[in-house]
Amino acid sequence: MKYTLRYFASLADQAGCAEETWETALSEPRALYAELRARHGFTLDASRLRVAVNGEFADWHLALADGDEIVFLPPVSGG
Amino acid sequence: MKQFLLCPDVLDPQQLAQKLSSDRAGAFVSFEGRVRNRNNHRVVQRLEYQAYAALAEIEGARILMEASEKFAIEHACCAHRVGTLAIGDIAVWVGVSSAHRDAAFACCRYIIDEVKLRVPIWKNEHYADGESGWLHPDNTPVDPG
Repeated sequence: MKYTLRYFASLADQAGCAEETWETALSEPRALYAELRARHGFTLDASRLRVAVNGEFADWHLALADGDEIVFLPPVSGG
Repeated sequence: MKQFLLCPDVLDPQQLAQKLSSDRAGAFVSFEGRVRNRNNHRVVQRLEYQAYAALAEIEGARILMEASEKFAIEHACCAHRVGTLAIGDIAVWVGVSSAHRDAAFACCRYIIDEVKLRVPIWKNEHYADGESGWLHPDNTPVDPG
């Protein structure tokens, strides 16, 4: 599977990019975050994040499809 | 009218308020969130807001839809800045018009509280000592120390 990953805020700083393409055998956001956390050294635990797939909030156990855009959302701080 | 706006440029409260006028509205309430010069005892020089625009606009519109269902209002609007802001700049503006004041006050409060909790926008504070840091909703740092 090939995914487009977009990063914001502290995750973008730690990944060193705002977007990347990622190839993996994994097809669940929760497992994917663990893999990316090991790769990039993300300090935020998954319990602090929300996940969005193709521009909408999604479940951590959603079955991902090839080509999906996935965003792990750090705690927001607007306003 | 688009009710939730992400704006790269300076917000103009008068222009935003004009969109909310209604002959049925006896009340108009607005809230301005501004950039202050201190947070957690550190001197702040400027802020940067970053948004996941596609989802921020969906979630912002959802909050305004909920607000119009919960409260007896005429119109509501929320505009949030993105990009670099200076001290004193308006970061977020909420305006509500309604027949009576109770609904306008309550609805305005609801909108700003929900926006701060739910809309994917992140604040990066740049401090006088040259450091910067992303903040949590309660204004504490993501990575303390």
